[in-house]
Amino acid sequence: MTPFADRTGRRLIAGLPTIWLVALFLIPFLIVLKLSFSEMRLAIPPYAPFIEWRHGWPVPALHLSNYAFLFTDPLYVRSYLYSLRVAAVSTAICLAVGYPMAYAIARASPAWRTALLMLVMLPFWTSFLLRVYAWIGLLQNDGLVNHVLLALGLVHRPVRLLQTDFAVYIGIVYAYLPFMILPLYANLEKHDPELLEAAADLGARPFRRFLRITLPLSLPGIAAGALLVFIPAVGEYIVPSLLGRTDQLMIGRVLSDEFFENRDWPVASAVAILMLLLLVVPILLLQRLERRALEAPK
Amino acid sequence: MNAAGRFPRTMLAIGLAFLYVPIASLIVYSFNNSRLVTVWDAAHSPTLKWYWALLSDDQIVRAAWLSIRIALLAATAASVLGTLGGVALARLGPFRGRALLAGLVPAPIVMPEVITGLALLLLFVALEEAIGWPRGVGVVTIALAHITFCMAYVAVVVQSRFAGFDESLEEAAMDLGARPATVFMRITLPLIAPAVAAGWLLSFTLSWDDLVITQFVAGPGSSTLPMVIFSKVRLGVSPDVNALATLLVLAVAIGIGATAVLLRYRERRRVRDVQLAAADS
Amino acid sequence: MRVERVTKRFGEFVAVDEVTLEIERGEIFCLLGGSGSGKTTLLRMLAGFERPTSGAVYIDGQDMSSVPPYARPVNMMFQSYALFPHMSVERNVAFGLEQERLARAEIRDRVAEMLELVKMTPYAARKPHQLSGGQRQRVALARALVKRPKLLLLDEPLAALDRKLREYTQFELLAIQERLGITFVVVTHDQQEAMTISSRMGVMSQGKIVQIGTPAEIYERPATRLVADFIGNVNLFEGRVVESVARGNIRIACQEIGEIEVSSREEGPEQASRALPLEVRPGATVWVAIRPEKIELSPAREAPGGATPATNCVPGRVREVGYRGEVSVLLVQIPSGRLVRVTCPNVGGGVGPRVARDAAVSLLWHPTSPVVLTR
Repeated sequence: MTPFADRTGRRLIAGLPTIWLVALFLIPFLIVLKLSFSEMRLAIPPYAPFIEWRHGWPVPALHLSNYAFLFTDPLYVRSYLYSLRVAAVSTAICLAVGYPMAYAIARASPAWRTALLMLVMLPFWTSFLLRVYAWIGLLQNDGLVNHVLLALGLVHRPVRLLQTDFAVYIGIVYAYLPFMILPLYANLEKHDPELLEAAADLGARPFRRFLRITLPLSLPGIAAGALLVFIPAVGEYIVPSLLGRTDQLMIGRVLSDEFFENRDWPVASAVAILMLLLLVVPILLLQRLERRALEAPK
Repeated sequence: MNAAGRFPRTMLAIGLAFLYVPIASLIVYSFNNSRLVTVWDAAHSPTLKWYWALLSDDQIVRAAWLSIRIALLAATAASVLGTLGGVALARLGPFRGRALLAGLVPAPIVMPEVITGLALLLLFVALEEAIGWPRGVGVVTIALAHITFCMAYVAVVVQSRFAGFDESLEEAAMDLGARPATVFMRITLPLIAPAVAAGWLLSFTLSWDDLVITQFVAGPGSSTLPMVIFSKVRLGVSPDVNALATLLVLAVAIGIGATAVLLRYRERRRVRDVQLAAADS
Repeated sequence: MRVERVTKRFGEFVAVDEVTLEIERGEIFCLLGGSGSGKTTLLRMLAGFERPTSGAVYIDGQDMSSVPPYARPVNMMFQSYALFPHMSVERNVAFGLEQERLARAEIRDRVAEMLELVKMTPYAARKPHQLSGGQRQRVALARALVKRPKLLLLDEPLAALDRKLREYTQFELLAIQERLGITFVVVTHDQQEAMTISSRMGVMSQGKIVQIGTPAEIYERPATRLVADFIGNVNLFEGRVVESVARGNIRIACQEIGEIEVSSREEGPEQASRALPLEVRPGATVWVAIRPEKIELSPAREAPGGATPATNCVPGRVREVGYRGEVSVLLVQIPSGRLVRVTCPNVGGGVGPRVARDAAVSLLWHPTSPVVLTR
């Protein structure tokens, strides 16, 4: 390893981003952690001070009441489970839709491939918010989807599509589809076509070739895409707010309500920490996958 | 010739349709005279009245201007910080604190936005308690928040550009007498410039479009465009938002089209250059 | 340049092991070895990209241990050429001079002069991707030479070129070196290349230098079996010393090729003792190395030169014939079962090799041909 920069250079290059992230990401996160153990107060800010003084010694104030509250009130437990379910189903649908698309793009001729990738990515460069908004108009009772269903005679009255689980699934799949397709495509594109030719030469039929060769080789891509969709989907706020149910909230919305409506910052923090705990395993998995991809031999 | 079977190709067609029908519907109904976005008023449409409404809506115009300004600032600052971070992780080898930086950089990307937003607001509140700054949330806090999560994306993009990077180029520069700072400015930076540019664009888009984090760290006086749109559309469809969406799609399509043309031109020139070299060697 | 007991360790792995060598001004020194021999690591330590774990590097008497690569009077030509892709040929060559803060006019002149030397003047405005492999190499050379370094390091300079271009470039490199008088240190795995261009070479294996000498010395007088086998082709036979006769003759009994007599090639007594290993004692186990081109073939049962048929002669049957145009390479099976490699020039006007398969032949060699090795 050549000495890339001299000592001050190295300190600067590594130090600046580290300091920024520590100050504006790590420390805030620690504050959330600490606040989750605090009690709520009707004050500004609406929480008890971090440090209590007992017999003249500073002691960090740790109350587990917030967490107890989360586990006892069924609203929260239900929200967590609901969020996990919605995220899981959305991820599965996204995978089912995205995999064939990525496969088709990877198999296309090079000229087509760039054009197709651009077509897939173009919506991503417009606004997330506006793309989800589009579905409001489509899924309304007098929206395009109902129009089509009525015109085709599949239903006789408009179907309630908005504010359902179905709408949330569609919203998440629609918004996160590029995140599923890209890692899948990156993986599939690297597959050596000679492997499939060898399999064909040895007598395997198309579907079997896919099952035994392509699918196993694409597992890292599947894992990456699935995690890239699942993890943010659990904490999704915009999609359920615009398209989702009003009787059952996802956990992102619960956190926001707890914070802005109830002004209960400690409980909101506890909600956040629990959410993170739920996601710790998938996050670590994704980090491991990405590290392996970045350091893999070419 | 597409070597994929019929099923994948069909799914690709369906998928692309799925991706573009909503966008198309947004565009079409922005020209619809009726406020009921879903009923085509054939008698009076197409019309540009919603575009005029959009452009004369003070709240929206001000919010758009604020969003663009914040995005420009955030993208530029995030590009600098993110490039430094990406370079540090990819080229500095092991150093004290590397594990910390390596763990922090991808974190804003995977962390759910509600948590990041909450955390940042709590930081600003605690800071105000402790040292009196920042005085209330507003543009400054929004910018700081945006820079934070954007730099993570830039760092990842820059870091991955270094995979497959020819280290011998930097060594050759050093061998020829260039000190490390010169090597970085004249060799490394020009070579990763496309990745930095991509990171800048990505940051701009992410900052401009951000809603969740911004809602946490914005104050009453500073509404960004996504915030304004969100409060409008919570109540239902709104055709001037359709108009906005159409303008945006147009801008993005032009941008992508221009990039594609540029890349195609570059590629053709490169092929010609290689042929030129082979011809007279 | 002097390298004193330089060692480089990467964790447990020892890449360069206590290497000491001296390189004279103006010579072309080759480090020859296979992959993993440590030659590239040693070169990088000369350039300053690796720091020795122990030992020191001296250039003109100056200790280079704490001197970074950009401050050394050494320049390197990289195996991949490492031309800056975003700069033209001219800017590439000028880069090193710009770092020296020379006047623009002087830079322009020296760049032009160097481009002329490597015959790349018409391509000055081109970018690296617009050049062929051979052209890129010349630019890389010009870029390194324009700084007039004391030492030029070349990392596998000819590896990426095809055969014809390689030969042509070899001679070009020699001409340039002679003209400029710069000391070259070349790292290569190609023995032909090493033998063609070097004034002296060092054979490296597993981090150690096994032998240093001129190409002729190394080829004709390999110090070990490893060197003998590494350079060119060789037939090695194990044997036991019978007696050491005066005038530098040794009689050796080999199981496979019978009793042979090896004579020293040199005239004078000191040269004679240098030619044959000093520790040769009756009863000692030695190896006899005979190069394929030094073995003569004759139809069976003939013995020219007056040597008795039993000594320095072995019967055999031709098993394989490889026709190579200039020479034919034969594998001849001797009674012990071994296949001996013999090279015969294809003299005469006939089409094809001189000897046919399955022919019965006698293998003969002059007593000065073999080299006796003790390790």
